[in-house]
Amino acid sequence: MNNLTSKISSLTKKEGSKSVLSSLIAIGLGLVFGFIIILIANPSDALKGFGLLITGGFYRGTKSLGQVFYLAVPIMMTGLSVAFAFKCGEFNIGTPGQYIVGAFTAVYIALKWTFIPNSVLWIVCIIAAGLAGALWAIIPGVLKAFKNVNVVISCIMCNYIGMLLVIEGVKATIFNPAGAESYSVTVDKAIPTFGLDVLFPGSNINFGIVIAIGLCILAYIIMNKTTFGYELKACGYNSHAAKYAGMNEKKCIIMSMAIAGFFSGVGGAIAYLSGTGKTIPIAETLAAEGFNGIPVALLGFNNPIGCIFAALFIGYINVGGNYMQSLNIAVEVIDIIVAAIIYFSSFTLFIKMLFNKRKSNKVKKEGGHE
Amino acid sequence: MNIVYFLFAQTLLFAIPLMVVALGGMFSERSGVINIALEGIMILGAFFGVFFINFMQNNQIMEGQLLLIVALLLSGIVGALFSLLHAFAAIHLKADQTISGTALNLFAPALGLFIAKTVQDGVQSVLFENQFRIEAVPGLSAIPIIGDLFFKNCYLTTFIGIAILIISYVFLMKTKTGLRIRACGENPQAADAAGINVYKMRYLGVAISGFLGGIGGLIYILPISTEFNCNVAGYGFLALAVLIFGNWKPWRIAAAAFFFGATKTIAYTYNSIPFLAALSLPGVTYKLIPYIATLILLAFTSKNSAAPKASGEPFDKAKR
Repeated sequence: MNNLTSKISSLTKKEGSKSVLSSLIAIGLGLVFGFIIILIANPSDALKGFGLLITGGFYRGTKSLGQVFYLAVPIMMTGLSVAFAFKCGEFNIGTPGQYIVGAFTAVYIALKWTFIPNSVLWIVCIIAAGLAGALWAIIPGVLKAFKNVNVVISCIMCNYIGMLLVIEGVKATIFNPAGAESYSVTVDKAIPTFGLDVLFPGSNINFGIVIAIGLCILAYIIMNKTTFGYELKACGYNSHAAKYAGMNEKKCIIMSMAIAGFFSGVGGAIAYLSGTGKTIPIAETLAAEGFNGIPVALLGFNNPIGCIFAALFIGYINVGGNYMQSLNIAVEVIDIIVAAIIYFSSFTLFIKMLFNKRKSNKVKKEGGHE
Repeated sequence: MNIVYFLFAQTLLFAIPLMVVALGGMFSERSGVINIALEGIMILGAFFGVFFINFMQNNQIMEGQLLLIVALLLSGIVGALFSLLHAFAAIHLKADQTISGTALNLFAPALGLFIAKTVQDGVQSVLFENQFRIEAVPGLSAIPIIGDLFFKNCYLTTFIGIAILIISYVFLMKTKTGLRIRACGENPQAADAAGINVYKMRYLGVAISGFLGGIGGLIYILPISTEFNCNVAGYGFLALAVLIFGNWKPWRIAAAAFFFGATKTIAYTYNSIPFLAALSLPGVTYKLIPYIATLILLAFTSKNSAAPKASGEPFDKAKR
């Protein structure tokens, strides 16, 4: 019995290590691809520029590192949102809508609910933003569960509806005519830093990073250690089988979307409550942080813990890319690299297959059977 | 009557690119490959088309409708080549099709902006001159009503779009290859057993979607602007919605695109429509109509969704 469990655990370990290995291969290939692009565009500064890109996260010491954390938080949350829904079998492309609805709720409460003391205001804002995001994600969930509407298309529609409504909401309540944007949340109402600004002086880091990582871990626990998470995953793998086993697959769809939306909404709140003067613009464009969650989720294998590292990685090369701009290398090369990494990581299955083939060949040679 | 002609022309400007791109998506999905990369394909196709137009106009090599046709072909070819990246990952490497599609969506605008900035010394928008509007088609514009609707102040792209619709219908529904593409999207194992090369058909489907996606990108940007910033305002995703709304069938896709174009036109012109202006509703109401109407209509029609059965599933010969 003991032997069996140890065997199983070593097997899962191998499966996991294969995933990590193949994603490292993808990251390596993506970086090489990015280097080639820089080399073509700007041969003389290519090495220096690429060096800045790779080491940028430490370029100015703790300041840069703090900035990495600051940039990673919103995409970590939207990434977690996409990943969570993905595990439950739904492709949540509605993160831009959920994110901006959450952001608006947070900024509105921070500016208008002055009766709440500043010390707890940010907590109320974050929770309310999460609920708003959840509400926004429930719409596609309900439509899918009861009316069989494709989640991708209803999410796209909800993105636009959310964006347009937020613009109207900003205009009606917290509009700053000077800049044609919303008012920003001041530092005294923002998320406190709890000393993190001493650790990372000069950066925009705040307690939001701790909340984000905490929520990722919480999502991991829900997913892998609870009956509820098991049901969600079961519905994602095979909704017919889950239904046959007595699970309520309609509830699973709606709950998974709601939780995913909650994460996106919290991401919006943390981004706009960071006390850096970030404002909601009156422009009819979807929030980029929402869509950027998709690569984070994919890079992190749709695993909540993976999302932490994926978001930090993307934040890291973004900081490096900003320094690289001083050499006249367009900052878009970062997106090219991330896209290349995601493209190569879609080969994961193929790379794993190669590993397995080699192993089974070995087994055959040794005379065993598969 | 003038206002009707104006609104109709506006509707076509919105609807034609949506329809062309959605038809592209149809070929891909009917062959069994979900193509979420339509947005990226549109951007890259449009980028190279606009860049080509910019170059030709600056050097005065080519102009007018000939330039338009050559640029459209170029956009289509770029789109097709680009989509092959997705096809390779999705068909041969059996990758998750949302992943490679997302990669393409991320890659296209980044590459376009990167090239534009590198070539133009940090300037990201590519400028072009709109010399493609046709005042009146000789002869045909004299026909009452139809002449005013279609043949005055029009773009060649409208007729190309309509031609693409008819050709798509005939090709997918009436030819042997079209039937084979559809078979690969419904039951690839059966198609394989019948001697059809599933891989080849799927490559063909994705390549056509790339070709139409690239063309659609250029059709989208030409009439409405004189510069391109590697942004097609989410039209690729909207085309995906139109495709699903159109139930994966050519004529219904055309109807869905037209519906979407009409509601979008109202959103941007309600002030010049007398009876809508008289209602004095806030402008956002009209802007919300296309999206909310789509949601409601889908809620009533999705029970009988006719999605291709094997769409999104990699084909594995060994599986039954």
